[in-house]
Amino acid sequence: MLHIKCPHCGMRSQNEFSYGGDATIKRPELNKDISDQEWNNFVYNRKSLRGKHWELWQHLSGCRQWIKVERDTATHEIFNTLKANEDIS
Amino acid sequence: MQKYSIFNLVKNAFSNHENWDLAWKDPTPKKEYDVVIIGGGGHGLATAYYLAKEHNITNVAIIEKGWIGGGNVGRNTTIIRSNYMYDDNALFSEFGMNLWRKMSQDLNYNVMFSPRGIINLAHSDAQMNIYARRGNSMRLNGIDAILLNREQVKEIIPMADFSENVRFPIFGGLMQPSAGTARHDAVAWGYARQADSMGVDIIQNCEVTGFDVSSGKIKGVRTSRGDISAKKIGLCVAGSTNILAEKLNMTLPIETHLLQACVSEPVKPVLDRVVTFGAGHFYISQSDKGEMVMGGDLDGYNSYAQRGNLPTLQHVLTEGIAMMPFLSKLKMLRTWGGIMDMSMDGSPIIDKTHIEGLYLNCGWCYGGFKATPASGWTFAHTIAQDRVHELNSGYSLSRFNTGHLLDEKGLGTKTWIS
Repeated sequence: MLHIKCPHCGMRSQNEFSYGGDATIKRPELNKDISDQEWNNFVYNRKSLRGKHWELWQHLSGCRQWIKVERDTATHEIFNTLKANEDIS
Repeated sequence: MQKYSIFNLVKNAFSNHENWDLAWKDPTPKKEYDVVIIGGGGHGLATAYYLAKEHNITNVAIIEKGWIGGGNVGRNTTIIRSNYMYDDNALFSEFGMNLWRKMSQDLNYNVMFSPRGIINLAHSDAQMNIYARRGNSMRLNGIDAILLNREQVKEIIPMADFSENVRFPIFGGLMQPSAGTARHDAVAWGYARQADSMGVDIIQNCEVTGFDVSSGKIKGVRTSRGDISAKKIGLCVAGSTNILAEKLNMTLPIETHLLQACVSEPVKPVLDRVVTFGAGHFYISQSDKGEMVMGGDLDGYNSYAQRGNLPTLQHVLTEGIAMMPFLSKLKMLRTWGGIMDMSMDGSPIIDKTHIEGLYLNCGWCYGGFKATPASGWTFAHTIAQDRVHELNSGYSLSRFNTGHLLDEKGLGTKTWIS
């Protein structure tokens, strides 16, 4: 089982969280001309990295906040966690 | 190639079975091929076989990083079915069913195809309605489907929980009698042996490290065993699709996730169908050895680990016990995981790409094994003719751009939700 350090609540077990996917995907800006390809990249296309991967999790059975987690997708080692409004450096 | 037959079996018995031919060779890669297939799984091996058999293209290499049959073709729960509602999925899968039915004869290799039928259980009136709709759609496409009521299901699988006060009572089910199972390793080995006999080079322990692309055209592939030039390259690597796509500067509507399966200790024959739980995600069948073969949800987050995590397994088996309480008495024999190429609409991609001579076969989600022959057949056609076949025209890469999604389950882009 994964252990995820929620930046609000501390170290908790995986089954308190639900997954939210790639955290680096940015929605195209409002009020701008956006090509189909940009929408395609936002909605469907994913890098799905092997190795370090920034992803969203929600602490569903805890504080219910969305957080960002940097995890290795091959070893499941977790390197870093951030609040949702903190930028990935 | 030595034919497998009763006469050859008897003949070889006199020499203690020590003089059988090798099933396939271990060649050194040549400098150049007409077609290189990357990925020696079921789909890659089937593609090479149909390239040789249907299109007479035999200067073909299959490049495999590990060993053939070591990936998802040896890690699935061996279920074969065509119980789809959408035409594109139904016609493609039913074409595959016809290939399954004659596969043992075609390959001269017993793949132990067992059309024992699959039952999807329903646990509410609404679910019965939607199964009736899917069953009708299947029958319109020439696929057998029977809507069973509670009593009929009870006759077929009396060991399921039919007591009154359960959380998910069994209302009935949708059955495809012609669905079934097959011996998954035999499928890989059978395709490999026939492809090899027609001149295909099966190159194992050979990792792809890069591609040669110039002016929008594929020229060859760089591997751990040297550069290989090729006029055409087919990408057939399931959960590793994104890793190779990155080397081609392509981003695809695919995420790699881990799917677990498990078997119990072997017990006497109790279940002669494939059964799926309708109030969650759990499927079960009994192998010829007597093991209960079970599977269900993805682990739920991107993973290349090829091994699973316990919370998901526990969740899946809880569903199994809710459906068939006797399972709680069984000991677990083995669990394992495979990495799935989860597409964003739950349907696969078999298509050309923007690079001339590069072809893509991926996005099989939960249903890769049953698609092995149809995928190989259509992918071989797409590569040989440089155009998609009618059967895989719905599996285009561009559908994500144009909005022609094949969202059979209507799950949206959260591939890890099932």
